[in-house]
Amino acid sequence: MKTCLVVDDSKVIRKVARHILETLDLEVREAGDGREALEACLESVPDVVLLDWNMPVMSGMDFLRALREARIEPRPRIVFCTTENGMAHIRAAIDAGADEYIMKPFDRETLESKLQLVGMI
Amino acid sequence: MASGLRSVPPKAIAPPAPPMASIQALNVLAALLEARTGQQIVRHRSTRVDTVLLPLMRERRLETLDQLVIAILDGSDPSLAGRVVDALVNCETSFFRDPHVFDTIVETIATVEKTGRRARIWSVGCSTGQEPLSIAMAFAERHERIGTPIPEIVATDVSEAALARARAGSYTQFEVQRGLPIRHLVRWFEGRADNEWIVRPELLRHIAFRQMNLVSDPPPGGGFDLVLCRNVMLYFAAEPKQRAFQTLASAMRPSGGLILGAGETVIGQTDLFRLNPGGRGLYEKIDGDTVPRPA
Ligand SMILES: C[S@@+](CC[C@H](N)C(=O)[O-])C[C@H]1O[C@@H](n2cnc3c(N)ncnc32)[C@H](O)[C@@H]1O
Repeated sequence: MKTCLVVDDSKVIRKVARHILETLDLEVREAGDGREALEACLESVPDVVLLDWNMPVMSGMDFLRALREARIEPRPRIVFCTTENGMAHIRAAIDAGADEYIMKPFDRETLESKLQLVGMI
Repeated sequence: MASGLRSVPPKAIAPPAPPMASIQALNVLAALLEARTGQQIVRHRSTRVDTVLLPLMRERRLETLDQLVIAILDGSDPSLAGRVVDALVNCETSFFRDPHVFDTIVETIATVEKTGRRARIWSVGCSTGQEPLSIAMAFAERHERIGTPIPEIVATDVSEAALARARAGSYTQFEVQRGLPIRHLVRWFEGRADNEWIVRPELLRHIAFRQMNLVSDPPPGGGFDLVLCRNVMLYFAAEPKQRAFQTLASAMRPSGGLILGAGETVIGQTDLFRLNPGGRGLYEKIDGDTVPRPA
C-alpha cells in the first residue's frame, strides 16, 4: 500500500483529502505545516506528499528545499495542492522539484487524475 | 462530469427539482436525438433528461418538458431542436484520456513517417477538443525533441456547441486538471482571470475543426492513416452504427488504423475492420474494393 503525507494547515482540507485518498487505497498521514511534514519524512519516507503552499511555521516551498538538503531517499513524489493558481507559482513549484500541481479547489477526480500522473494509482 | 457542456461537476450545484414530463414528450426528445445523432437515450441516462435541459428551458422561459417539446414541434424557433440535441449528447471527455492510447498513436504514426508522407489523423466526436489537443501536444513535443513532422489533425463533432468551445481553446480549472500533466499546462496554455485557461494558438492551429454528423454526413476527404472514434458510438442503435463504420472505413487509407474507446470493439459489430495483430486495441481496415464509399 502506498503512503501519502497530506500537508495542509487546514484540518478540513486534510480530512477531505484523507477521505478521498483512503478510497483510492492509499495509506494517509497528516502534517499541519512544513516542519511537521519534515519530521514525518525523517521518521519514514512517504511515497507521495500532497503539499500546501502557504502555511504557518514552514511553507511548502521551504519544506521542499529542506527535503532536498536532507537528501531523503527515495525521494517522495511531490504534488503541490494550493490556492495559488498563477503561472508564475506553478513554474516556481516545478523548478523547485514538484512533480505535479493541483489548483484548489480540488475534487475527487482532480486528485485521482493527478495521483495517476505521478504513478501512485 | 456526466454530460452537457458545463465544466463544473453537476454535484457542486444543487439541482432544483426537475419538472415532470409526459412519456410522449420524452419519446419526442428520444426520437429527435436518434434522428440527429444516431444515439439512443439509454434507460439509465433518461432520468437526467430534464436536468440537462433545465438551463435551456430557463433561458426560453419554458416550465415543463412538455412545453419545450411543443416549442420544438411548432417550429417557431428553428434553433431550438439543435440546442436540445447539444444538451442531450454526452460530451464527457478529458485530456489524455486512457493515456496508453497516445503511445499507440505515436507508434502508428511513426510507421507512416517512414514512408516520407505527412500523416493524417481524424478525431471523430472530438467533443470540446481535449482529444485532438492531446494528440497535438504529443506530436508538437516530439517534434521539438526529435524533429519529426506534426501530423495533420482533423477533428469533427455533431455538436456545434462543443465545437465552439474547442475552437476557442478555452478550458476551466477543473478541465485542465483532468489528465493533463502540469508541464503541458505550463507549456501550452495561458492563464486568464476567472480560472480560465487558453490554449496557445501555435498548438491550436494544428487542428482543423469541422462540424460533421457521423451517421449522415460524408467524411472529410483525403484519406486518414489513423482514426480515433472513442466513446462516440456507445449509444448508437445498430443501423446507424453500421453506417458509421462504413463512413469511417471510407475515410481511411488502405490498412489505416482505427482506435475505439476503452470499452468498445468492432468484433461482432462490423466486418470492415479487424483487430490489428500488433494488438494494443488498434483495429485495421480490411483492404479490398468491397468497402463502399458513402454517397
Ligand atoms: C463522450 S464524448 C467523447 C469525446 C472523446 N472522443 C473522448 O473519448 O474523450 C462523445 C462525443 O460524440 C459526439 N457525437 C455523438 N453522436 C455523434 C454523431 N452522430 N456524429 C458526430 N459526433 C457525435 C458528441 O457530440 C460528443 O461530443
